[in-house]
Amino acid sequence: MRFSGFRVLKEALTGHHGWKPLWRNPEPQPAYDVVIVGGGGGGLSTAYHLAKVFQGKRIAVLEKGWLGSGNIGRNTTIIRSNYLLPGNEPFYEFSMKLWENMEQEFNFNAMVSQRGILNLIHTDGQRDAYRRRGNAMLLAGADAELLDREGVRAMYPWLNFDNARFPIKGGLLQRRAGTARHDGVVWGYARGADLLGVDIIQNCEVTGFRIENGKVLGVETTRGYIGAKKVGVAVAGSSSRVMQMAGMRLPIESHVLQAFVSEGLKPVVDGVITFGAGHFYVSQSDKGGLVFGGDIDGYNSYAQRGNLPVIEEVAEGGLALMPAIGRARLLRVWGGIMDMSMDGSPIIDRTPVDGLYFNGGWCYGGFKATPASGYCFAHLLATDRPHETATAYRLDRFERGYVIDEKGMGAQPNLH
Amino acid sequence: MLIPHPLLGPRDAQEFTYLGDASLLNRPDGMAEGALDAFNRHVYLRDNPAGVHRELWFHEQGDRSWLVVTRNTLTHEILGAELARDVALAQKGGAK
Repeated sequence: MRFSGFRVLKEALTGHHGWKPLWRNPEPQPAYDVVIVGGGGGGLSTAYHLAKVFQGKRIAVLEKGWLGSGNIGRNTTIIRSNYLLPGNEPFYEFSMKLWENMEQEFNFNAMVSQRGILNLIHTDGQRDAYRRRGNAMLLAGADAELLDREGVRAMYPWLNFDNARFPIKGGLLQRRAGTARHDGVVWGYARGADLLGVDIIQNCEVTGFRIENGKVLGVETTRGYIGAKKVGVAVAGSSSRVMQMAGMRLPIESHVLQAFVSEGLKPVVDGVITFGAGHFYVSQSDKGGLVFGGDIDGYNSYAQRGNLPVIEEVAEGGLALMPAIGRARLLRVWGGIMDMSMDGSPIIDRTPVDGLYFNGGWCYGGFKATPASGYCFAHLLATDRPHETATAYRLDRFERGYVIDEKGMGAQPNLH
Repeated sequence: MLIPHPLLGPRDAQEFTYLGDASLLNRPDGMAEGALDAFNRHVYLRDNPAGVHRELWFHEQGDRSWLVVTRNTLTHEILGAELARDVALAQKGGAK
């Protein structure tokens, strides 16, 4: 089923009886060429690209709950490629380019909106750091502009420019960044993969791996054993729990990150603003709610909910930046579980077990990576070689001393 | 979250900073055989359990003691707290 303006018109005139479910609900086959564990953004994007770009056959995605019930449904929908390090920036810019063409490619409205992201600058030192970052972005083919104070004022005149502690001195702007409809991304990839013959099997939890002589043969699931030549795990948030079943310990801690949405307001924030110094970032959804967040709670958690002190801290950051929102009421708060890696960067690599591949460690930056994460993981699964933009995301980089530490925090996951 | 400090009684978790898994107390011997591998496991690899977790918290805005807190990562329920010093000494084979 393809979507088009003509189709929408036809259905509108005939009582909307012609719409069908977007994907099948097949029974699992006894064996597949590739089994992907995890039906979130990463897993579905992997399956889609594996089937479409690399012509993979007999592919299954196993999801323990319903599609998109994990972090792809619990984020703040920001897409951007404003990284600094050479191991990261080409990958995120590749992802940004995939975002730009995604809707045409999979014929689904993911509401990709390139409304721009502005990182605020408060000191001379920060301006130098952001100038360097902007140059790194330009070198990788991304776009970046350094704004002075008046440039920021022209965009957002109602910000608090003269905060005593963090006066606004300028900003780094990436105009091609923006937001996307997170559920639309899930549904688009799921439908695209299903149309290409991928079996998407929901309510099917992996309970173990069958490994013999160092080679994976298949997965045990709540719906029986499923054989596989290759198994790709993309379950960020639960990576340690799943990979532990294959006897592996990972350079990852699971942490809870909270996000917030206010009641619907008239349009006021037309882009994304980050106030790093105040641990606050904000955008406005098309429904009018301010969508915002801050830092992770900071302790290991699998609870998918956080505690009140962080809510207070984020609200303080928001009020310091935008005093005008003082009367706005908070509508919802939710938490997602992040794979916080030891250097703040992700992992897309083979594992010591033959035929078992791992994609995880996305920290709180996984949503923007969804297209490239899947593309590069599919590349690895299909060719056994990393994609050229993902060569640095090795599992053994910590041991070898090749960490990709954007913030320079060391092996302390709650500080990344 | 309230942390039951063994000396001070229940204290708000906000007074503490979090370090991580209590296994960080067991620093490997840098002179031993296989020290490189031992340090890789010590510095970078974690059990990261979903359930009961023993972890290090520093009472930064209190008496500046290090605690080993036992906490459930699925519910955030805190099951107990000990002085990290006592735990470390017990691991080295009794208080000296």
